[in-house]
Amino acid sequence: MRYGPIVFLAAFLTLSASWCGFVLTPQIQLGRAVQETNSVVKAELYPQGRPGLARAGLEVYRADGCFYCHSQQVDQKKTLVDVFLTDAGKTPTAVAQALEDAHAGTFSAPGLAAGLPKPVLRNATMESASVLASLLKKAGATAELHLAPAGPDIERGWGARRTVAQDFISDSTVMLGSQRVGPDLANVGARLPDENWQLMHLYAPRSVTKDSPMPSYPFLFERRKTGQHPAPDALQQLPKEFAPPAGYEIVPKPEARALVAYLLSLRSDTPLYEAPLTPPAPPAAATNAPAK
Amino acid sequence: MNATCTTSSASDAVSTVEIDASCRVPLFTLFVSAAVWLVVASVFGLIASLKFHSPNLLSGCAWLTYGRVHPVATNALLYGFALQAGFGVALWIIARIGQTRVAQPWLIAVGGKLWNFGLLIGILGILGGDSTGFENLEIPSYGVVFLFLGYLLIGFWSLVTLHRRQERALGPSQWFLLAAFFWFPWIYFTANYLLLAHTPIRGVTQAIVDWWYIGNLNLVWFGLVGLAVAFYFIEQLMNRALHSRYLALFTFWTILLFASWSGIPRSAPVPAWIPAMSTVATVLTLVTALSVMVNIYQTCGRGCSQTENPPPGKFIAFGTGAFVIAWLMNSISAIPEVNAVTNFTWYTVAQWQLNVFGFFAMTMFGAIYYIVPRVTGMEWPSAKSVGRHFWLAAIGIILIALPLAIGGLIEGVHWRNPKLTNVDVAKNALNFLRVSTIGEVLILLGNVLLLGNLIGLSVRYYKIHFVPVYKDVTAKLDPAEVKP
Repeated sequence: MRYGPIVFLAAFLTLSASWCGFVLTPQIQLGRAVQETNSVVKAELYPQGRPGLARAGLEVYRADGCFYCHSQQVDQKKTLVDVFLTDAGKTPTAVAQALEDAHAGTFSAPGLAAGLPKPVLRNATMESASVLASLLKKAGATAELHLAPAGPDIERGWGARRTVAQDFISDSTVMLGSQRVGPDLANVGARLPDENWQLMHLYAPRSVTKDSPMPSYPFLFERRKTGQHPAPDALQQLPKEFAPPAGYEIVPKPEARALVAYLLSLRSDTPLYEAPLTPPAPPAAATNAPAK
Repeated sequence: MNATCTTSSASDAVSTVEIDASCRVPLFTLFVSAAVWLVVASVFGLIASLKFHSPNLLSGCAWLTYGRVHPVATNALLYGFALQAGFGVALWIIARIGQTRVAQPWLIAVGGKLWNFGLLIGILGILGGDSTGFENLEIPSYGVVFLFLGYLLIGFWSLVTLHRRQERALGPSQWFLLAAFFWFPWIYFTANYLLLAHTPIRGVTQAIVDWWYIGNLNLVWFGLVGLAVAFYFIEQLMNRALHSRYLALFTFWTILLFASWSGIPRSAPVPAWIPAMSTVATVLTLVTALSVMVNIYQTCGRGCSQTENPPPGKFIAFGTGAFVIAWLMNSISAIPEVNAVTNFTWYTVAQWQLNVFGFFAMTMFGAIYYIVPRVTGMEWPSAKSVGRHFWLAAIGIILIALPLAIGGLIEGVHWRNPKLTNVDVAKNALNFLRVSTIGEVLILLGNVLLLGNLIGLSVRYYKIHFVPVYKDVTAKLDPAEVKP
């Protein structure tokens, strides 16, 4: 390493390698990704593009730096599987034996056919669930597997499953965030769909969440005299200590409406093949049990 | 043949005084503006920190909202102080080791002006709501253009200066600086072009490129330049050679190979091979930290504690210590089980602050306190405030990094307990954060001392060098002297 060209070559080659790895290859792999009918349940394209107002709201989210305190990435530790018996078949004794062999528990053969579909194994791994499913099939019964993603983020209710690259393909300025001073927002549209709640929360966070450390955003709202014709979209249910003095009303500016539209458009609860889940649908609904 | 060689090298030999004098113009531009941005960064950092004491503080106007004040603080620290001071110190070291005058000092100063102009309109843009939305790259495209042009002038003429060196063989500091001067334009251009061009890349590729840039700036670039400066000054101040050039070479290669792939967290919503590779690379940067630790310990030995450390030495010793801790913190927190706790918490902020301020900025302070008196031929107006700056900065950064690291770990454990509401988790972490506000205040005071000292020195320099000339020029002529 005594001479300039060698040092230069060392830097050039190592940086090229890193550039090819983390700039070029992801772009080749993901850059041309398009909406797919990747969704397990619905036959529609996913993700749907955001409506115009929500796209304007993304710019407000960016300008005011919401992503410094809110991430948009739900983590998932594992997927738990529930096995539901849907048809006990003609040989309930064999089915009961199969359940016992798979350590699913002791069931009385005559009572098996009652109250179907019913869960026979809960919170199992995919492995033991598929063992049980194949045993049940041999015994002449049919079973469904229900997939439930699990992990602290999901137990918190932040999302139904982990977020994946597919969730973001139609966005520009992807703000995944690096810190959580507040909750994750990847699925906030499904979690807190009330527009009025969102507006009140932006205007005065502590009016809806006690002790919230979030700053208030009064500059997204306009305080004006209630004239002859009160604005129909003025904030209504503000608690006393946050409400404007009598004769005044708080009206959201277009930025506030756009930001809320963006927040409500944030949802990542569609089942995907790379992040499967069984939506809490009526029991009769189709499941995403793997093809047998 | 032999004779001509000797004569030419003898006539080329440049005195140290001449070399220092050739640095004066660019270094004045870079250091004074760096010190101004440093104060700007700490003022905005303090405002951001205070918002955690009272969320309604200054929330009335859009440009003072947390999401704008915080990126202003980080960008002023990164581009205003760290990179700018790094360019200046690197230039001086290149000229000194190479025993050659700086090439085109005025053009480098013009580059510095362009850089500062770009940064100024960029920072105003962020305050006005034009932030790009990419961390560490918030400066909007109209500012980036000037920053990049400014860098091209600074970087090109610094490399020309390196090329004109007297001794052809390169030492450790020069490897690190050569690689860094080449690294920055590549990563900065790539990231800004892909993210801010007319048709930017879409989807999570944006986030991957941003992570790639953050890793390459914060670990590779700061690592290369900071260590080059630290190695140079350790050799100068200890008056002995580095313990092992081979170990330094090992450090160099591990930074280039591993740190350039680091920084993508385990849970990122991207194809799984990306965080997997990044995790391996980040964990491997452990050897970088250890190799630096061994090399410096072996070089200084017990001498570190025995010698009467002049203030520049104190800053650099603190800086290298912070480097080792910050890099260890980073590589340990990449281990998947640890990352599940530390990701998204104040721990990562503590690590960032320790790396950027504790390591890089402290090393630059030491270098600036050493260089400026030599370049100007004048002592610091207040020698006492140099020592005070050290203690304010050192205690300040400890009061930021330590509570945030501990608070971050606790926060990470709390986030994994779904029974605690997010308000509870945030409130518990806030107490640690509030302690760090004291650190912000101390750092601000220290930074004001540096700026005051620099301004005081500039005023004196002006008085000594320009006022007499001005008086001479404007003095009334004695009629007797006027020749008919």
